[in-house]
Amino acid sequence: MAVDDRKVGVFMFLPAVAYIALLIGVPLILAVLYAFSDARIGTVGFHFVGLENFRSILQSPSFRAALRNSVVFTVSAQIIVIVASSILSIALEAPFPGRWFVRFLILLPWVAPISLGAIGWKWILDSIYSVITWVLVWAHVFKPYGAPMWLGEPTLAMASVVLVHSWRLIPFSTVIMLAGRTSIPKEIPEAAAIDGAGFWRTEFLINIPMMMPIISVAVLFGTIFTFTDMTVVYILTAGGPYDSTQVVPSLAFATGIQGSDLAAGAAISLFLVPVLVLIAYFMLRAAHRAEVA
Amino acid sequence: MAVVQIRNLTKVFKAGTLGAVNNINLETKEGEFLVLLGPSGSGKTTLLRMIAGLEAPTSGEIRIGEDVVNNLTPRERGIAMVFQSYALYPHLSVRENIAFPLKAQKVPKEQHKQKVEWAAGLLGIEKLLDRKPRQLSGGERQRVALARAIVREPRVFLLDEPLSNLDAKLRTSAREELDEFHQRIKTTTIYVTHDQVEAMALGERIVVLHQGEVRQIGTPQEVYDDPADTFVATFLGSPPMNLLETDDVIVGFRPERFLPAGLIAPWAPMEEIAKTLKHENLLPADLQGPGKRIPLRLHVEHSEYLGSERVLYGKLSETRFRDKPVCARVSSSVLETYTPNTSYDFAVPEHELRFFDAKTGKRIPPRPFPWQ
Repeated sequence: MAVDDRKVGVFMFLPAVAYIALLIGVPLILAVLYAFSDARIGTVGFHFVGLENFRSILQSPSFRAALRNSVVFTVSAQIIVIVASSILSIALEAPFPGRWFVRFLILLPWVAPISLGAIGWKWILDSIYSVITWVLVWAHVFKPYGAPMWLGEPTLAMASVVLVHSWRLIPFSTVIMLAGRTSIPKEIPEAAAIDGAGFWRTEFLINIPMMMPIISVAVLFGTIFTFTDMTVVYILTAGGPYDSTQVVPSLAFATGIQGSDLAAGAAISLFLVPVLVLIAYFMLRAAHRAEVA
Repeated sequence: MAVVQIRNLTKVFKAGTLGAVNNINLETKEGEFLVLLGPSGSGKTTLLRMIAGLEAPTSGEIRIGEDVVNNLTPRERGIAMVFQSYALYPHLSVRENIAFPLKAQKVPKEQHKQKVEWAAGLLGIEKLLDRKPRQLSGGERQRVALARAIVREPRVFLLDEPLSNLDAKLRTSAREELDEFHQRIKTTTIYVTHDQVEAMALGERIVVLHQGEVRQIGTPQEVYDDPADTFVATFLGSPPMNLLETDDVIVGFRPERFLPAGLIAPWAPMEEIAKTLKHENLLPADLQGPGKRIPLRLHVEHSEYLGSERVLYGKLSETRFRDKPVCARVSSSVLETYTPNTSYDFAVPEHELRFFDAKTGKRIPPRPFPWQ
């Protein structure tokens, strides 16, 4: 009986192992191998070139720009997401008529496929058909044809990409924050009110510090989702204008797949590894702390 | 210090339903320890939360000192509250917990240290100041919560079942400490509990609440010995007062006043009493005094020996109250051991009988025992 249980266990476990090995393990090994070779699309065989790819990447201005953009993109999106989801979680905590519907609406961007959402935003921010521009022209903020090109100017394009990505992450973060907020015993903010603390003091001295383990989980997850994501950038701007929104993953895709230089693309994407390892370490530590507390 | 006055206070949570608190009137005395006692759902915690300002009354008025506080925030009311769970801030040290009200009420920073140390000294927790709440035992947490409450010298103390999270042994000593603490600071205190022993031990006066209404306000002795209605009579006392119902009147008597007839029969000579007891003169004097006794025969069904006393559960036999369930508490200094399924002669002194109206349950003046 015990032996049978083991067999059944292994059998049921196998699909997961196969999935991870084939779809994550093999590409990872290939990426590492390619990064030390001069492989291009269509290359047969393997030619070892040592650290040559890494050396040339580090010297390339577009990689350095992409790294800088990635940091800007990730950090600013996280700040916006945490502030917005904190406010939303405060607003959605107390019951009011129709709360479930508002919660449902807020969750929608997370449920919709990211590519569809991004395509929707591409039209909203379009240079000709943008509804935002239309409204602003209608309100006489801009003259017709004088409105800014949301995706066509470096700073505006970066801001647009950051905002769309934040729009996408806010629901996820809000759900985590709401869970964190509901886990605070009701008496604690009440005790703070009796002790004489107002709204801001209760938030900043009591609620937020008590939610810190959970907030850090939200931040770390958000960081990983942002740092490794290229969908929003790829669909909205494809890295442009003049590489001003190019991030590390989109540069890896542009170089490796579209530019057919597999080796350079692999080397670029390997730069993500140390950063992600570090984040994963902090994430596990935060999750552990949240469990203990 | 201040007096709390409550006028016609009502709280309805859901329109159209019965209120959690219905038209309550009460007034504390200066420096009094007032206990709100009632079963769960009696509205005692809601009442306390309205006094604290955590819950808005539907109608009525709350005064603390001279001020009507209905529209004031908790911080403007000058009250302090200790919660059932203590609600200590888990991420702050004991020192920071106690200093939090000072910080929140913008007491100048130079005074913090001295005030925190004063409050900690009062409760004997100076050594714990640098610990976090999770490193404290239940009793220590309670003391920290009290220190946090007292540090800003409130006009009124509100305590919501502060002993219910402690184990039985600790509860007794914490109760004594709380009593001593109140003797020392003499701040008006309103204390919520469902535990009648706590209420009797701590309260200068007890407010008995039931279904959001005040059933009786009085000293522990008044509510125990002279219950205003059958609810109070049965809620206080364990086991509760025996009630014998007739068409128009309910007769009640406490189990500890329902005693072997030989002990209290006026005709029993002192030597007879001495023979039934292990020790002499253990009976309350009033049982031995003059006055009529109501003899009732008790058919014992079940007996519990509790060390200091024996609780007998059974039914009355004979008379019109035949088969009515009753209970008797007999001091264990009585030698008889009471075998189940046997009948014994018991009696109640007539002045220990309490009479209630059969329809309203309200107390009515004494009358002859309804034999017929």
